[in-house]
Amino acid sequence: MAAVQGGLIDTEEEKDIKTEPSSDGCGNNNANDGRLHNASPGTTSSGGSNKPAAGAAEDQQTLLAVLQFLKKNKLTESVEILRREAGLSEETDDPKGLESSGAGSGGVGGNADAGSGDANSLLSRVSVSSSAVSAASAAPAPPKVVAEDQPDVNVVLSAYSQQGDPALYDVYYNGLKRFIETVLDCHRAELSQVFYPLFVHMYLELVYNNHENVAKAFFEKFSGDQECYYEDDLRILSGLSKKEHMRGNETLLDFRTSKFVLRISRDSYQLLKRHLQERQNNQIWNIIQEHLYIDIFDGMPRSKSQIDAMSGSLAGEAKREANKAKVFYGLLKEPEIEVPLDDEDEEAENEEGKPKKKKPKKDSMGSKSKKQDPNAPSQTRIPLPELKDSDKLDKIMYMKEATKKIRLAPETLPSICFYSFLNAYQGLTAVDFTDDSSLIAGGFADSTVRVWSVTPKKLRRVKSAADLSLIDKESDDVLERIMDEKTASESKILYGHSGPVYGISFSPDRNYLLSSSEDGTVRLWSLQTYSCLVGYKGHNYPVWDTQFSPHGYYFISGGHDRVARLWATDHYQPLRMFAGHLADITCTRFHPNSNYVATGSSDRTIRLWDVLTGNCVRIFTGHKGPIHALAFSPNGKFLASGATDGRVLLWDIGHGLMIGELKGHTDTIYSLKFSRDGEILASGSMDNTVRLWDALKAFDDLETDDFTAATGHIHLPENSQELLLGTYLSKSTPVVHLHFTRRNLLLAAGAYNP
Amino acid sequence: MAEERRQKQCSVVLPTESMKAMAESVGVGQLQEESCAALSEEVSYRIKEIAQDALKFMHHGKRRKLTTSDIDNALKLKNVEPLYGFQSQEFIPFRFASGGGRELHFYEEKEVDLSDIINTPLPRVPLDVSLKAHWLSIDGVQPAIPENPPPAPKEQQKAESTEPLKVVKPGQEEEGTIQGKSQGATTADGKGKEKGLMRLKPRSTHELSVEQQLYYKEITEACVGSCEAKRAEALQSIATDPGLYQMLPRFSTFISEGVRVNVVQNNLALLIYLMRMVKALMDNPTLYLEKYLHELIPAVVTCIVSKQLCLRPDVDNHWALRDFAARLMAQSCKTFSTTTNNIQSRITKTFTKSWLDDKTQWTTRYGCIAGLSELGADVIKTLILPRLAVEGARIKAVMEGPVVSNIDKIGADHVQSLLLKHCASVIAKTRPLPDNVEQYRADYGYLGPMLCSHVVKARTQAALQAQQVNRTTLTITQPRPTLSVSQSGLSGSGGPRTPSIIKVPSSLTLMSPRPGTPSQPSPPATKYIVMATSAGAASTQQVITLSSSQSASPVTSTVPSATSTLQPLVKLESGGGPGLTGSRPLQKYIVVSLPSSASSSLESKSAMLPTSISSLEAGMKMDRSDSPGASTQSPH
Repeated sequence: MAAVQGGLIDTEEEKDIKTEPSSDGCGNNNANDGRLHNASPGTTSSGGSNKPAAGAAEDQQTLLAVLQFLKKNKLTESVEILRREAGLSEETDDPKGLESSGAGSGGVGGNADAGSGDANSLLSRVSVSSSAVSAASAAPAPPKVVAEDQPDVNVVLSAYSQQGDPALYDVYYNGLKRFIETVLDCHRAELSQVFYPLFVHMYLELVYNNHENVAKAFFEKFSGDQECYYEDDLRILSGLSKKEHMRGNETLLDFRTSKFVLRISRDSYQLLKRHLQERQNNQIWNIIQEHLYIDIFDGMPRSKSQIDAMSGSLAGEAKREANKAKVFYGLLKEPEIEVPLDDEDEEAENEEGKPKKKKPKKDSMGSKSKKQDPNAPSQTRIPLPELKDSDKLDKIMYMKEATKKIRLAPETLPSICFYSFLNAYQGLTAVDFTDDSSLIAGGFADSTVRVWSVTPKKLRRVKSAADLSLIDKESDDVLERIMDEKTASESKILYGHSGPVYGISFSPDRNYLLSSSEDGTVRLWSLQTYSCLVGYKGHNYPVWDTQFSPHGYYFISGGHDRVARLWATDHYQPLRMFAGHLADITCTRFHPNSNYVATGSSDRTIRLWDVLTGNCVRIFTGHKGPIHALAFSPNGKFLASGATDGRVLLWDIGHGLMIGELKGHTDTIYSLKFSRDGEILASGSMDNTVRLWDALKAFDDLETDDFTAATGHIHLPENSQELLLGTYLSKSTPVVHLHFTRRNLLLAAGAYNP
Repeated sequence: MAEERRQKQCSVVLPTESMKAMAESVGVGQLQEESCAALSEEVSYRIKEIAQDALKFMHHGKRRKLTTSDIDNALKLKNVEPLYGFQSQEFIPFRFASGGGRELHFYEEKEVDLSDIINTPLPRVPLDVSLKAHWLSIDGVQPAIPENPPPAPKEQQKAESTEPLKVVKPGQEEEGTIQGKSQGATTADGKGKEKGLMRLKPRSTHELSVEQQLYYKEITEACVGSCEAKRAEALQSIATDPGLYQMLPRFSTFISEGVRVNVVQNNLALLIYLMRMVKALMDNPTLYLEKYLHELIPAVVTCIVSKQLCLRPDVDNHWALRDFAARLMAQSCKTFSTTTNNIQSRITKTFTKSWLDDKTQWTTRYGCIAGLSELGADVIKTLILPRLAVEGARIKAVMEGPVVSNIDKIGADHVQSLLLKHCASVIAKTRPLPDNVEQYRADYGYLGPMLCSHVVKARTQAALQAQQVNRTTLTITQPRPTLSVSQSGLSGSGGPRTPSIIKVPSSLTLMSPRPGTPSQPSPPATKYIVMATSAGAASTQQVITLSSSQSASPVTSTVPSATSTLQPLVKLESGGGPGLTGSRPLQKYIVVSLPSSASSSLESKSAMLPTSISSLEAGMKMDRSDSPGASTQSPH
């Protein structure tokens, strides 16, 4: 291959040099795109002549350097071409000529396109095939920033003359490294953030330009410097050493399509900028302009720990604007239910023998629900299903149970009942409990869904249609009569999926069950007939998680296709599609008020989406691994998230801030749950433990001064061990699901792996 | 280091030879080197990609192991047809082969005969998924039930005992109360060590909760009480329950004190119960016993070599107890002996020393030999076989000389059969054919001829078993004889009046008649004890048939021990009863005293036993002189 293309490479290289000045700020990736597909020198040179007129002050040295380089490499032909194109006479260093020719051929176009250049270049990066067209037709233009900073253009120009020598990447990177190492301590941590994205983009450029060996050497030399939490991505990068691999590599696409977001204080940024300009280190400067979004803030530079707390996601931190939108995190008003409690309640009171104590309690509960939360969305912000009689009955049951609920506190920890799945042969993939804890559903790798009854009440099917017609519909116990006693059993198996079932969720009214599977479908099962009612198709790839809204009717699903979909049970097409994650959506949760949806992803971010508008209203970064568990606090104010890194992070939804970090687990956290009153957070993990955390204390410590709220700079309390209330080790049983019963008994579930 | 690893990650590429091999396997010969290189890079990259996707499926499958189905699913993501046929096993073993400068890992695919598959019976249907609930925590405290992991893992117990000062508690659950207690315990332990010179047996003082005290009381009472069913349950609990480590010092003291007292009282039944407790403790996988060996080993050794273990040495079957204890000793040597504590060599020395002593009694002699021979064929070969002639002469002197006493004669008889039993199997393995009686007499003296017949028998039995092995029926046939013996042993205890006392020796005999096959592991035999004792339906008719059959075949290697145990058993019904019941009050006295003296056991006990203390000390002295092992084996 090398032998055949030897000549080609030569010409390419020479074109490299020629096109470099043309592509200015928009990155050599683009230039290369163009080159790749339009091998004819004519097109490239036409593109290459797009030299911005802005480069008024001509730099002789640049051209001389180019010429010298060409001569050194004995590329006489290209020397000729360059001379001819630049209008240079033999041995001349006439800057004016070059400038005029450049301006004459394409400068105008370049300026005109300055605004759309960004979009254009972005487009071209999204799809390699289309980039040929875009590169050829729309002349790439310098990005805005470069255009603003006039003096930079020269520097930029000269930098590209060096691009042909990949060995210089090392030098550049090293130079920056040395600079950042010598900078004042307070800036060093901030500026160090630049390393990782720079490293990645430089490496990709090298790979893209077919400098395979240089790229490898570069990777080996500097990959060790990167923060350990980028290890997963680095591993993917390390496998990528050829240009052909770049096509279709998702991680790579993520890098190219989205700007890596950094938050840097103005001081540090100025420092970096000055350094790069002094050194004329335009390679790096270009990458910074191209692929990085630097969110500059005024104020004190952040410390290393502050930065570490927030970084780790695939695309850097969230922009500050991203978390500015108002979120109505309050709870909806509970529907008023005429309380027929009294007669039944009297019995309960008689049992306990304290009839007087209970009444005021009930009143207080009633008044609480009547008060309107200022942060709550309006009742009709999204249309919610109306309550049926059975729902009301259930609510009454709930309230009755709630009065018997144990008040949890660090002194009164909940009891934990562990449901072990035996003989699951490593096949248990998802578990859910009904809210009243009467049913357990398990999703299995063998595509089945199984439902167990954990109460003495057995599971029964509704009779067949023929039998149903015989029933006296007027009788009082018609609901009882429609059930087929012959089918009573403790568990039922639901067949229908054709791949492992990864997500499972009961509807709040216990009539339906949702399951999402590797086969790309979400299925809705009836728990009356124990049959599949609907298969929701939309995701083409595995659906990792699904969940019913707390009010029923709606549900959310998310999967490998990086899109979360909001469905209504009676629509076979999604109502909303939430796109924005850069990798698989691994878990999905509804906010208690059903107006928002949180999704966790393999790109190590959590996004909060507005169901009404479909907008992303919050982006939380800080996890260092794919997120596998999410839980909203019962009051809707907070969100807890757990990831493969074994850490639980706590988020304040209203302010869009991280407010806590709970360290202790040693493996992936698969389940999180707040107790009914939100005093205790339970986390279950692959490390076979259930841990209980003092959620109240974690939220109390919250510092909500204006500065923190404005800048998003958090000081995490170091002592997450103080918040740990208990660790309960099971016998080689990973904890897959956690659930608090209405009386605050904690149920845990997992499969025993002998 | 991370850098190094990443470098590796970066450069890992399948070797080009693999490409060639694969190309050849699909019929493409002569692949060019360059295309191989290009292919291998491409393939390596794709494989990495697929592996990364497969990891995703593993994470979502909530597993730690990557399975073949994960790979299949990852291939499906890429729109590639998955590989079929790799679903069956959880673990696909790769075979490694090297030679000719090539190293290969390959997946061994055997050619399977279809008719074989068709003809083999269907495998059992795997068990269906089921749901089981247990309490992981009750009001914030994790209950110590078998469903939960042991409260203190063995490593932690070990760390506590070996390095009491820097006990770290990784992920300790019961932070608050219990941790404090265990820390207190370790400090107490440390103090005990300082006072080691004054106090021979340092012990830690744990504070037990009320429940634990109750449990302790129940268990110890059941273990030495009269109800055999209860005892079986109690022993089962000791052998399996995970949360016992806090009570371990108590149990250990209970056993050592119990042995001390009951050796003096010559209470055979209680000694047997205590030994069974030792056995149960050793069977419990969650206990770190090393810390208490200094109490347990002397007790066990006492039961092996003590001069007198029962009131009527001529009729009671104390031999079975010696056998059982010897086996316990061997087991603890096997599990606990290390280069630092040298248990095995010290024990061996102790046994040999007292055996070599001419003045040793036959009972002790028997114990020493039993203890030695249980340690394995090597010990028998090096220590016992050379002394067979000497021992034979001594036996001859008793058997054929002037009648000294009946007891001596019985003792000599037992020693003889013990030697025959253990040596025969070893000789059968090591000594070349032919088995010449004269040669044997020359080599082994008085015991020679008998040994010869035993060896012949052992050889034929081995041959028979080899045949059985060929027929693959060995696994079924072997337990049967032992089972039948167990039934017979039980039936011997048929007398309803003193069932508990007699049942125990019967179960002990169960273990001793291992039918001439040293290769048979002991665990199965121990299992039968439980079965036999709990099965406990007795009928006297069986006794008759069995004893008659035994008298018919007096010289088999398996039966003699059975007969010797059975006969005293039957007699014991009449004679052993009153003696044992007489000793019971004292035995109970100990049981009650221990739990009540929970906080400081030794002092309170010595205070509470003022009357018996003189006799106790006397007994101790006797005990010590009788069993040197007991006195020397308290090093910790």
